[in-house]
Amino acid sequence: MSLELGLRQAAAPSPFRRLLSRSPSAVFGALVVGGILLVAIVAVFWTPYGPLTVSTGKELLPPSGAHLMGTDEYGRDILSRLMSGTDLTLLSSVGAVLIAGLVGVPAGLLAASRRGVVGEAIMRLADLLYSFPALLAAITLVAAFGASTVTATVAIGVASIPSFARVTRSAALPILASDYVQAARAYGRSPVAILRRHVLPNVAPFIIVQVSLLLSVTVLAVAALSYLGLGTPPPTATWGGMLENAQSYLYQDPLLAVWPGLAIALSVLGFNALGDGLRDLLDPTLRGRA
Amino acid sequence: MEAVDASTSAASPLLPAEDSPDRRDLAFLRFVARRLGTTVLTLFGASVLVFAVLNILPGSPAQVILGTQATPASVRELTIKLGLNQPLPLQYVHWIGGLLSLHLGNSYISGQPIAPELGAALAVTGPLVALGLLFGLAIAVPTGILSALRHRRASGTWLAAATQVGIAIPNFVLGILLIIVVAVDWRLLPASGFIPWSQSVGGALRSLVLPAISLGLVEGAILSRYVRTAILGVMRADYLRTARAKGLPAGRALVRHGVRNASVPVLTVLGLELSGLIIGAVVIEAVFTLPGVGSLLLSSVANRDLITVQDIVMLVATVVVVTNLLVDLLYRIVDPRLEVGG
Repeated sequence: MSLELGLRQAAAPSPFRRLLSRSPSAVFGALVVGGILLVAIVAVFWTPYGPLTVSTGKELLPPSGAHLMGTDEYGRDILSRLMSGTDLTLLSSVGAVLIAGLVGVPAGLLAASRRGVVGEAIMRLADLLYSFPALLAAITLVAAFGASTVTATVAIGVASIPSFARVTRSAALPILASDYVQAARAYGRSPVAILRRHVLPNVAPFIIVQVSLLLSVTVLAVAALSYLGLGTPPPTATWGGMLENAQSYLYQDPLLAVWPGLAIALSVLGFNALGDGLRDLLDPTLRGRA
Repeated sequence: MEAVDASTSAASPLLPAEDSPDRRDLAFLRFVARRLGTTVLTLFGASVLVFAVLNILPGSPAQVILGTQATPASVRELTIKLGLNQPLPLQYVHWIGGLLSLHLGNSYISGQPIAPELGAALAVTGPLVALGLLFGLAIAVPTGILSALRHRRASGTWLAAATQVGIAIPNFVLGILLIIVVAVDWRLLPASGFIPWSQSVGGALRSLVLPAISLGLVEGAILSRYVRTAILGVMRADYLRTARAKGLPAGRALVRHGVRNASVPVLTVLGLELSGLIIGAVVIEAVFTLPGVGSLLLSSVANRDLITVQDIVMLVATVVVVTNLLVDLLYRIVDPRLEVGG
């Protein structure tokens, strides 16, 4: 995937140890994200039990050899539901980032290369969208179209467009002003060819960092929406939905809430650390800047 | 400070050579006017978007209000009474006109006016956000300064790592963890619900403590990183080295010269954080079943009470956008060097 590509590019000249000392946060993030991806891939083919399989008489069991994380109030295996929830979380988050990137990156490039009315209009539109909180946008869309995985994904994706547009534009501006782009222009290359051959490859690292940082935001948003009952409807296993469910049993079985909470927090932490670390590797002067 | 002002004003083509107060005031007024203009435009754009999204779908609110048993005639009658047979632009104008004159209209579901209900909800959400902000600042400022001062030592690194973890814990997850520990295990504070202010001020505050902590901790962790970065940046600045060279101890130099400079970026983030707190409150109210604006919004979504949804979304968006405006203006007052802002 593009994320791994970025890491390998940055890491190529130095062995693992030097990478670890240069950016422990990138290594930590890559490990966590790698682990999550692994779980997601495994969950496509195998989970210990069916995530929707109800078994009477096995309700709210504590963790044991048979059920590593115990069971919920319908006797469903928590580990299986958590694994299957990983798939849905990633699918929704990656979908949202894809929507945001596919619109935001071209919009940012366009705004950078055509600095007149078009560029200004794009950035004002981005400002408008940016000032409108993502969760509020999602709630509005759900109110109109009803709660579903697709609504949640599209809502989060649309709300994330401006951050891509802004990052792309500000990364592309200095490149467009550089000598080699001037040269290419003088040589008679078309603007589209310049964008593709010179600007995009140089902007790509910034976009990769943004993808990772944004994934931490979208994972959180997906979980929040399903927690509020505005995402994928039950009985499908979602991390947020499991958390919401667990809240009714806090007095009997507090562990029930701990597992999905841990999954959400760990994923957000992983993507965030990976993005931060990659940014540090990309530009050491930005180290520590939030 | 003096050294900085002199060097940058010489570099900035926008500042007049002589820093006459009149010209500065004029520039500031022009800035305020422009920012006000963009704010109004943003809110207008947002209102059109919200109205369009919520009214684009076919399906009559009158049908929703009257239920499935209603006769077509009564549905048509109510549609006309609510003005829903008018063209959409006219309905939009009617809605916006109402909002501007503080007439929020009546709920589609209960038929009751929305304003009093919203007012009661604000009496919960307002204090919740304020407490969350206080709590966030109480965490962010000390930890941020400390981790900056110790950034070469292990303790500073650990502090920075701890804030990283703090950022990753979503407020609703933290809220549930707090309920498990403080409310369920220790039985110190209520796990959910709200005692109205009119009944008991102490009780109301007690029911807001855990929600405010859940809300403030995450925002405080984010803010703490900005405080750290800002202080680190200031510590490397030339004027601070000058202050040290003339004999001020590090702490005194930082207080006298650094804090104001460091406060500028922090202030901006604080504005963003405030919008984060307001949006976070929607989720936190659901966690603790507080009867605030967020709960009202979510129940209106569930009941398909679209007019209430429309009003609340616009209210929250307005608060967020106006907060950003105020922060921008404050930013300019704290740091008059920034001639072109917004």
